[in-house]
Amino acid sequence: MTFLSDSALERLRAAADAPDLAGTRYRLLGKLGEGGMGGVFRVEDSTLEREVALKVINVDDPGLSARLLQEARVIAKLEHPGIVPVHDAGTLPAGRPYYTMKLVQGKRLDEMSNEAVGTSDRLRMFLRICEPVAFAHAHGVLHRDLKPANIMIGPFGEVLVMDWGLSKLLGEGIASSNNGATSEGWPANSAPAAFATAHGSVLGTPGYMAPEQRNGETVDQRADVYALGAILEFLLHDAQPRAAARLSAIWRKAKSEARSRRYASVTDLADDVSQFLDGLPVSAYPEGVLSRVWRWIARNRTWILLLLVYVVVRALLIFFRPR
Amino acid sequence: MNKPVLGLVLGGILGIFDGLSAWFTPAVRSQMMGIVIGSTVKGLIAGILIGYFARKVNSLALGIVFGLSVGLLLAYGVCMMQPGPNHYYFEIMLPGGIVGTIIGYATQRFGQQPRAIAD
Repeated sequence: MTFLSDSALERLRAAADAPDLAGTRYRLLGKLGEGGMGGVFRVEDSTLEREVALKVINVDDPGLSARLLQEARVIAKLEHPGIVPVHDAGTLPAGRPYYTMKLVQGKRLDEMSNEAVGTSDRLRMFLRICEPVAFAHAHGVLHRDLKPANIMIGPFGEVLVMDWGLSKLLGEGIASSNNGATSEGWPANSAPAAFATAHGSVLGTPGYMAPEQRNGETVDQRADVYALGAILEFLLHDAQPRAAARLSAIWRKAKSEARSRRYASVTDLADDVSQFLDGLPVSAYPEGVLSRVWRWIARNRTWILLLLVYVVVRALLIFFRPR
Repeated sequence: MNKPVLGLVLGGILGIFDGLSAWFTPAVRSQMMGIVIGSTVKGLIAGILIGYFARKVNSLALGIVFGLSVGLLLAYGVCMMQPGPNHYYFEIMLPGGIVGTIIGYATQRFGQQPRAIAD
């Protein structure tokens, strides 16, 4: 009897997982990630001669097929620089539905956490994460699976919100029931803490899921506000202590257990972060008069210094004027 | 408030204060009105020049250098107009330079840039 080596087994497994793209305009180049119900592959579009990402389900399930198509339609509806554009959608010869999207070359946010990026830059990055999410909300779409592994930072510093597999249209009677709402969590193999139901389907990630979403209650945009608060906390885990109190007040408010105590919208959350960046008071952190005065002085120190120099020079000239 | 207007307002206000400081020099108290008017006009001219510069050049360092230069230059002109042998270079040019620096800084940091005209 001949035994196959581990590497040979791995190659066989990869070949079995790979979608059959025969008869399509795509040529398989490699695998990018894998989720609960499918995978994402790097493919070459032979018509346009460019590389794209192809997402395909790997099980024959009408429910999952409908969900993949729904995901493609949601992303196609959201034309925003912070959302990866969908190029094409269809069904492979084997009957597996797929869609292709722009291939994003960059780093995931969770891979960047240890890089030497200042607090201000992280906050500006966070604001760029908020933009597509707020845009989606304005178009009636909730993401419901926001986490660092689903945020990509492109080579030009562009921020892209990925994996809209759990997204839902507002007004559809959104309930985060755990009896069918699944997400591939792409790339799920990089999210070991993914929350799995009894059936093994992924719903989200603990720590990034709002309590109401965890409990299967109806959710609204404040569920995404919660997740963004968790992302802000993740980004600021090593923020300077001087700024930490006001910043932690922002993410704590966003992550309030009771949704009524959270920011009403992503825009409100982003506004508070912008206020912080501009050295202005934030709604999440009530300040005393002394604290406000000190912050105003710190914000206008050059201005105040110049005026003080002027006054001192004038005073000295008067004092030492020729008699 | 756009940058030239900000420079104009700031130059005018600082010019008035600059002129009023002459009150502490008893020898020139009788000429207070002329000094305040002259100083205000000097501040207005400096303010609008520095404000226009800030509108064209977006650089804090260059704005401050330009403000200092304009402040010193205008103050030098005032010194040259002083009657008599004493031109008070130090007493006039030092505060004049600081006023120019303040306006240079303020117009670079604050004030709106003109909006681009749509095609």
